[in-house]
Amino acid sequence: MPKSKLPLRLLWLLPVALIGVGGIGIAAMMQPPPADLDLSLTRATEHGLYVGTLEPGVSPIPVGTIQSWTVAVTTADGKPLEHADLSIDGGMPQHGHGLPTKPQVTEELGGGRYRVEGMKFNMPGWWTITLNVAAAAGTDSATFNLTL
Amino acid sequence: MRFPLLVAAGVLATVVAGWSWFHLGKPEWSPAETKLIASLSLSTLPQLPPDPSNAVGDDPTAATLGRALFFDTRLSGNGKVACASCHVPDRQFQDGTPLATGMGQTNRRTMPIAGTAYSPWLFWDGRRDSQWAQALGPLESLVEHGADRTQIARLVAVNYAADYEAVFGQMPEVTALPEHATPLGTDAAKAAWASLTEQQREDVNRVFANIGKAIAAFERTVEPRPTRFDAYADALVAGRDTSGLLTPVEVEGLRLFVGKCDCTKCHNGPLFTDQHFHNTGVPAAAGLPEDQGRIIATGQVLADPFNCLGAYSDAGPADCAELRYMDREGEDLLRAYKPPSLRGVAERPPYMHAGQIATLADVVRHYNAAPAAPGGHSELKPLAMSETELAALEAFLRTLSETGTDGGQQP
Repeated sequence: MPKSKLPLRLLWLLPVALIGVGGIGIAAMMQPPPADLDLSLTRATEHGLYVGTLEPGVSPIPVGTIQSWTVAVTTADGKPLEHADLSIDGGMPQHGHGLPTKPQVTEELGGGRYRVEGMKFNMPGWWTITLNVAAAAGTDSATFNLTL
Repeated sequence: MRFPLLVAAGVLATVVAGWSWFHLGKPEWSPAETKLIASLSLSTLPQLPPDPSNAVGDDPTAATLGRALFFDTRLSGNGKVACASCHVPDRQFQDGTPLATGMGQTNRRTMPIAGTAYSPWLFWDGRRDSQWAQALGPLESLVEHGADRTQIARLVAVNYAADYEAVFGQMPEVTALPEHATPLGTDAAKAAWASLTEQQREDVNRVFANIGKAIAAFERTVEPRPTRFDAYADALVAGRDTSGLLTPVEVEGLRLFVGKCDCTKCHNGPLFTDQHFHNTGVPAAAGLPEDQGRIIATGQVLADPFNCLGAYSDAGPADCAELRYMDREGEDLLRAYKPPSLRGVAERPPYMHAGQIATLADVVRHYNAAPAAPGGHSELKPLAMSETELAALEAFLRTLSETGTDGGQQP
């Protein structure tokens, strides 16, 4: 009897577990972005070579409107990075698709700042933007999170 | 025995309570859901911005001329086809048939017009980048109007000269030009086009483009109107009582639309379209040539002499960001098509780019089943909806009809 008593006592956990599993399932379906998402628009690149800042110039970032952004890049020790070769892309991690456009860096504005044209987001939700930087110190990239 | 019975009762109670919470007893929307529902309301549609490529887009005189041209069957090869032949005004400017019929039959479904002034891309595949550039395509299509640009320029010079000149200034001398000449179309028409001087071709192209701009000025006045869904969304956002605005089944359909079904992935914003291009595994239409969708159209819009960057556009390059930074290639574009607005969708069967799906119920089933695409990769995933859920989603879609014209009933 003692052997069968213990599992029976714990069976009350079953409904709790069902609710838990069901909740996780529904949450996955609706795909909210991770709760601990770092939404900072200034980030060090992956290997620490540079620091990039995205400047959308408008808040909140609109859905469905093509936009021109500014990107600022410094070296690791905070000096503006001039004449760097930048590229930018992005997408929605939970949907497996990229940006609806192909943004391009169209102008170097001086002081380590660059104009990026063709930014567009075609649905609300969690987007990532990856900034690729190539300069004398090497090639590195940083990925930013946005929730629209 | 006591414990198992208690446990069974507990499980049952929990499941019932959980089901009720999700399906019946959850009158409130989460903040995220409320935000999403608010973003779909027609009240969030901004005032129509100017089209920089069309300087007369908001000129009422141009719209009056465009309206007359829209209904004029003389703009055709057989005198019988007007824009309005397929874009029927009292049917949401579409024709209710799988494939449009003009002088012949096209390979695509006629699209509605309301709200397309907001779209950076026109046609199912976005092969044109403005309403006025779009309007020019069917005029010279041999299976649609079957007209050509000298025929149209001459017709306008003879019948609409005063109206034209009131909007665009002096009409060039075109009445002595060949009756039928165009760089597209029949060999004879192409040969006639080649015989024109550069100035004559330029003059004809200019009149032709202006005809498109006048038609676009008229089309810009065709706007979507509020629906029962909008009344519900606006009441919800304002914190007013929403009871009676939608039925419980319609509310359940809305919950599926913004939740489990993830329909807002593509059908988002107040026009219920993201204006982009998606492969949703729509079956190929029987008897038609292979249709690759957007992947072909990107080259076509870049090559179009009437695009935003072209000589006949009134826009500067800075106004043409959509075209300049267009996603031009890649597997994602194969058999990708623009999601049409879902506003008024219940009155617009059949569905999809070649009318492949006959009823709204079957459209909902298509998204539930998520079949493999005949080319490229479908973005859909099976939704495992129950019959009740399928019916609820369809019921919600029927609330997107203009008040007073919908197929549904007031609750």
